[in-house]
Amino acid sequence: MNPRLSHKIFFFLIFLATILVILPVGLIIAIIIKKGAPALNWEFLTGFPRQGMRAGGIFPAILGTLYLVSGAIFFSLPVGVLSAIYLVEYSRDNFLTRLIKLAIVNLAGVPSVVYGLFGLSLFVIFFKFGSSILAGSLTLGIMILPVIITAAKEALESVPHSFREVSLSLGASKWQMIRKAILPYALPGILTGAILGLGRAAGETAPILFTVAAFYLPRLPRSIFDQVMALPYHLYVLSTQVPNVKQSLTYGTALVLLVLVLIMNLFAIIIRSRFRRKKRW
Amino acid sequence: MRLRQLKEFLIENLILISGIISIIIVALIFLFLLKEAIGLFKTVSLWKFISGKNWYPISDPPRFGILSLILGTIFVTLGASIISIPLGIASAIYIAEVAPKSFKEILKAGIELLAAIPSVVLGFIGMNTLVPLVKKTFDLPTGLTAFSGSIMLAFMAMPTIVSIAEDALTAVPKQYKEGAIALGATHWQAIRRVILPAGLSGIVAAIMLGIGRVIGETMAVMMITGNAAVIPHTLLQPVRTLTATIAAEMGETVVGSNHYFALFGIGLTLFIITFLVNLVADIALHRKR
Repeated sequence: MNPRLSHKIFFFLIFLATILVILPVGLIIAIIIKKGAPALNWEFLTGFPRQGMRAGGIFPAILGTLYLVSGAIFFSLPVGVLSAIYLVEYSRDNFLTRLIKLAIVNLAGVPSVVYGLFGLSLFVIFFKFGSSILAGSLTLGIMILPVIITAAKEALESVPHSFREVSLSLGASKWQMIRKAILPYALPGILTGAILGLGRAAGETAPILFTVAAFYLPRLPRSIFDQVMALPYHLYVLSTQVPNVKQSLTYGTALVLLVLVLIMNLFAIIIRSRFRRKKRW
Repeated sequence: MRLRQLKEFLIENLILISGIISIIIVALIFLFLLKEAIGLFKTVSLWKFISGKNWYPISDPPRFGILSLILGTIFVTLGASIISIPLGIASAIYIAEVAPKSFKEILKAGIELLAAIPSVVLGFIGMNTLVPLVKKTFDLPTGLTAFSGSIMLAFMAMPTIVSIAEDALTAVPKQYKEGAIALGATHWQAIRRVILPAGLSGIVAAIMLGIGRVIGETMAVMMITGNAAVIPHTLLQPVRTLTATIAAEMGETVVGSNHYFALFGIGLTLFIITFLVNLVADIALHRKR
């Protein structure tokens, strides 16, 4: 075939493929907004579910999800950042480091439902936390650990080497160098990763199925050993387990979850782009 | 002075422990899955578990054969791969090589957006749009089929495949392409003969990670594929995957029962499969450097 013609045909085909990938994204979001927006009102956001969850609001699910993601980040942010510090500032190029990196890649690939099983067997049963905020948060925290480590590692690596040399030459100890000359400059990158991790944790259902999520609770949780309702699980329950739910109610729940997750991602993108613009070295 | 040294000693040890925490967690996941799964193999042999055709966990006597579930996973994974690999790589080529700069940013943002949508939301949308469509188009008794699941999963694997393949293509040195074009090749010839082969290992990694994502996906699959634990023959019938079985049944089992052990056995199977898939992807990625 004429090379010019095949060039044109091929470029048209890959353009078509790209549109086929991107268009449904817009379509999905448009559908959820269109069908979910009518359900949004003050009562929906701040009220309890009523009439077997066929009416009323989703406040306990929103609150539960916020508790769970806060708990997850409370655990995984410090551990993830310290782990990244080890990899960037301390590790040498040896077998152990290779093994750590392989473990991180693998953690990122473990199916979310397997994290659920792990959380059930370790936190709920072995540590006797029961089905609780604590068990669910720790499970989610472990799940997002690779996200945080990877982001923090990139952020630490992006701090120029001269910062380290200058700091050490002025007599700083290694930890002083990390704390004063590296962490402050890596902070935006670390925050970006943390928020992306939060978004991921907020949307996951499978890890919380057997570690914390409750079908329906008539009251708000009082301690970290209580169960909670959670938005993604609530959406699952409404759309598959409860018959005759008004469509606007399910779409409204989907919309709130989507908005929550997208706001977190938007924040991460804003921090990232501001940081890129401000960087002066 | 002494106090500071003590503090630094403690912190550095904390950093060291955190450094190896990923290894500890991977080992813990494996051990705890194994610890719970092992109970099953006192009564059911490993071979019977993997090759058994019947999954009747609550009948009397119960049957714990996961072959139909493995086939269910293979069916949706194959279906999703057939759709997502060509589309994903084509999009990656378009984004990396062809798209004008501003359009490229929009496309990348779209892909990131897709990656951010929770799987339960995609499952919910799939139930309400895709499933009725499949039912009508193929005139089936139900639209909850392996085919619907494949389409949804292909879509969900897209961010992984596109972004990693795009990175791999962008990482190919500019001189390669310039050389090819200077020799009179069209842009497409340069892509096919020079850029794609040079980025191949990255593309292989993208495909493997995409497949890993598909195998492990739970909620959307559970909501869309119909969950019938039978040996599937065509893509147009309901299937049940490994992941969906765990998610759907774990809530109803008694801790310490054979059913409970068997679900952990499925979890262990999944863990091993995704471990291997990720290992291959990692090896492919490292060969590049």
